[in-house]
Amino acid sequence: MSRALPASPAPTSTWHMYRAMVGVGVCCGLLIVGVFQATRPVIERNKAEALQSAIFQVLPDATASTTFRLRDSGDFAPVDGSAAGGDGEPLVYAGYDDDQKLVGLAVEAQGMGYQDVIRLIYGYSFADEAIIGTQVLESKETPGLGDKIETDPGFLENFERLDVSLAQDQSSLAHPIVPVRHGNKTQPWEVDGITGATISSEAIANILNQSAQQWIPRIQRNLQDFQGGE
Amino acid sequence: MAVSTKTTTDEFIKGLWKDNPVFVQVLGMCPALAVSNTARNALAMGLATAFVLVMSNMVVSSLRSFIPKEVRIATYILVIATFVTLVDYVIQAISLDLYKALGAFISLIVVNCLILGRAEAFASKNTIARSTMDGLGMGVGFAFALFSIGAVREIFGAGSLFGVSLFHDAFQDWVVMVLPSGGFFTLAGWLLLFNWIKQRKAQRERAATLSLTEEAAR
Repeated sequence: MSRALPASPAPTSTWHMYRAMVGVGVCCGLLIVGVFQATRPVIERNKAEALQSAIFQVLPDATASTTFRLRDSGDFAPVDGSAAGGDGEPLVYAGYDDDQKLVGLAVEAQGMGYQDVIRLIYGYSFADEAIIGTQVLESKETPGLGDKIETDPGFLENFERLDVSLAQDQSSLAHPIVPVRHGNKTQPWEVDGITGATISSEAIANILNQSAQQWIPRIQRNLQDFQGGE
Repeated sequence: MAVSTKTTTDEFIKGLWKDNPVFVQVLGMCPALAVSNTARNALAMGLATAFVLVMSNMVVSSLRSFIPKEVRIATYILVIATFVTLVDYVIQAISLDLYKALGAFISLIVVNCLILGRAEAFASKNTIARSTMDGLGMGVGFAFALFSIGAVREIFGAGSLFGVSLFHDAFQDWVVMVLPSGGFFTLAGWLLLFNWIKQRKAQRERAATLSLTEEAAR
């Protein structure tokens, strides 16, 4: 240890450090704000288009739609701008055919899946008193297993006509939607599960049941709100 | 430094093959395994990472005399995070479906050790042109590696490539390949192949030099 260690270089002044960090920070901030402003209208349009196409997917006979909001008084009022879509806002989307006749309602629902929250939209037909289509809007289910809830043709057949008729007192479903094991479906309100995706397919049935129990009695009570809403 | 004798083209090519980030350096494993379940996701993730890599290398290299070494890592992360945020918005604007598939992994590009590694080890010491080529080479190499893994996993796991069905309906999907374990199997397979090629090349070179010295001795 006879030799002295080489002298360490002089420390950088605080001013230089501040200059670098603040300078880079300000430039980065401006860049982010600029790109955010530029892409926001496109992103919002994409989201609205995705919602709009999902509505027509679950209500195949509809050619136009109007958004309705559930008011505190318990009835529905139309919202300006089609398919507004807001987080947590109690919205439903009424679908009309070419003759302005109400064909059904699309309702958003969500609940816990296997990995994360599953968000979906389903179409309710007044004529059939049934769910006539569903589409998953957001899910992080396991690729190859849980994501069959979006692709499995046998599973999707469940929702071509899933019975959600109301009980006598009009306050709840006559038969709750229940998941059953694959191949055991005997009633129109049962959801035939998927082998290998039990939890995800049961989650869909439970999400639909919860949402239908809550929304369909309300919708039926306020049916006149949606008539000729275009 | 040996690097200085290299041309910018060499900087580009090394990332593709000799120093491939995934198959040789084994960096950035989190996205390489997590987002490579289909060819489309893998390629999109690879290109997003490549873009961030090129841009951050360019910026870091051009600011290399401006950033004091005490705050360099914090500044690099700031630069990288900015470009990742931009990519995040742009992907949302291009395709919501793609955004849904890549999910949380876009934001995680910030902590991809490959990007910070290139900023610290290369861009902070080299010219802008050289750093850009280095980033481009590494980025394309990374995208290529992700695509190689993603394509194999999609072909076996879903019987398709870029969503186009390849086999007869009777093909039974090999589901394990799209699950996380399939990522490890596929990566191991590619690493095996790469190392085998490298070893064979080294053996041939050794044999060639040996025969040359033998000839000279005669």
